[in-house]
Amino acid sequence: MDIKQLKKKSLEYRKILLEIIYNSKAGHTAGSLSCIDILNVLYNDTLNITPENFNSFDRNRYIQSKGHSVEALYTVLCDQGFFKRSDLDTLNKFNSHFIGHPTRKIFGIEHNTGALGHGLSVAVGMALAYKMDAKPFKVFTLLGDGELSEGSIWEACTTASKYQLDNLIVIIDRNNLQISGDTELINPIEPLDKKFEAFGFSVKKINGHDITSLKENFNANAMDENKPNVFIANTIKGKGISFMENIVSWHHRVPTKNEYKLAIDELEVEIDQNG
Amino acid sequence: MDNQIGKANLEVFSETLLQEAKLNNKIVVVTSDSRGSGKLVPFGKQLPYQLIEVGIAEQNLVGVCAGLSAAGKKVFGVSPSSFLTARSLEQIKNDIAYSNQPVVLVGISAGISYGSLGATHHSIHDFAVLRTINNITIVSPADNFESSEVIKKSLNYDRPLFIRYGKKPTLNLHKEGQKFEIGKAIIINQGEEIAFIATGETVQRAYLASQILKEQGLNATVISMHTIKPFDKDTFLEAISNAKVLISLEEHSVYGGLGEMCASIIAQEKININFKILGIPDEYMINGSQSEVLDYYDMEPKKLSRLAKIMIDK
Repeated sequence: MDIKQLKKKSLEYRKILLEIIYNSKAGHTAGSLSCIDILNVLYNDTLNITPENFNSFDRNRYIQSKGHSVEALYTVLCDQGFFKRSDLDTLNKFNSHFIGHPTRKIFGIEHNTGALGHGLSVAVGMALAYKMDAKPFKVFTLLGDGELSEGSIWEACTTASKYQLDNLIVIIDRNNLQISGDTELINPIEPLDKKFEAFGFSVKKINGHDITSLKENFNANAMDENKPNVFIANTIKGKGISFMENIVSWHHRVPTKNEYKLAIDELEVEIDQNG
Repeated sequence: MDNQIGKANLEVFSETLLQEAKLNNKIVVVTSDSRGSGKLVPFGKQLPYQLIEVGIAEQNLVGVCAGLSAAGKKVFGVSPSSFLTARSLEQIKNDIAYSNQPVVLVGISAGISYGSLGATHHSIHDFAVLRTINNITIVSPADNFESSEVIKKSLNYDRPLFIRYGKKPTLNLHKEGQKFEIGKAIIINQGEEIAFIATGETVQRAYLASQILKEQGLNATVISMHTIKPFDKDTFLEAISNAKVLISLEEHSVYGGLGEMCASIIAQEKININFKILGIPDEYMINGSQSEVLDYYDMEPKKLSRLAKIMIDK
């Protein structure tokens, strides 16, 4: 997909994820907005995960370790044709499988997440399986930055490095905020680049909202042969909606009717400008 | 029935797995610096590319198992039961059970196998915690036959499975031609008024108690409830239908395991039976070897036979 189309998708996705959160009266708004550009590029340009090949063992993989940003994932999967748009109207409703964290009850979801610090180990297992069988598939996983306080993340890093998993691509949604505030005030995780380097990763800092850069980096070969990859994607929590950006409370706040209208208006102006 | 002392169940597990893995390269073993205690050194030597070592990192072990399984491997995660089922409980719950990955988690040196190494190493909680988790089968084999059969059956088992092994040689308990199915209890002997139900390495103790009672003219039922969950209620109810006394034995806390499972069924089915749960009581456990501790907590065959007779007279 070309850059212009991808940029348009990002704006449309923002509208949809806000709509489903607004309608269901629950969701992780700002974290979904911070990672939606990443998911957009992954699913529309990089992964080639489709409803047709999803049930095959032999394909690329994506695990969303920061499961709470599920509205972003549902939005993108819906657009890929994994389920109908009307299914998303059941989000968080009684007896719906569309719950507030990814679940394999939904076609297109790779792994059940929600408890933090789990996704990387599972991604390591998948990448290992492909290495053992000399298969060319890649495994992408998206981690939150607050999530990096979980010790299991660093356990998984040691295994990724030991087995030289250059088919593993870790993306950190580095939006600098977690539920209680600034990540560096809650429990500092910097210097992230040096930490991952010390754990044997190839590290690159990228702009998590720059579609051109995301496309280039996600589609590139491993940075170093025999090393797992990590992209520290600098993002803005609440990105794209002026009054949500970098505001802690939007972690899981639901817009009021007025806020929702303002947000959609902002996005529509942008869509118009992007032609 | 020859009732010879066999090998350690753990040894039978590793031999069976090696045999099967030679024929099936989809089988992968994941260890947490546990290949020695899991008797997997020969496996690692003979099939080095089918063994993944993650070091002392049990949470990661379980997650890696889930990922390997999702990508098409038949995975055996082998780690001391104590650490596997406590430290990595959340990974078992989410990445294996909830995500429905048909991984086989093998809790080695289970129960009080570690003896005087103490409470940090004992797993007398594993049945209880895993029973409350949806979508995981729990098996605790009694002897070499059950230990080997459960591994063979696990290869085509399409749900998450936890198997618990001790490390001391066990008595061979089963007749030639005995069938084994996960979820189907085995009646080692169908008796009359006295019934023992046990699991894992306590089954041999129940069996030896029944032999003592036999010498005294009492024919006691012995049930090997190798599968703790799903619980084979039908076989259990049928086997105890004529019994007046039921004694349950387990190398586990008296809370949340085999005994309480039986109690729940007995109460809800309104069965009138004199019932006693034996296991590790809720106290600072006495120090000793596995055998000494089980003896101490009344699971010694002579004590068991005496208890059964006292209960029958009540």
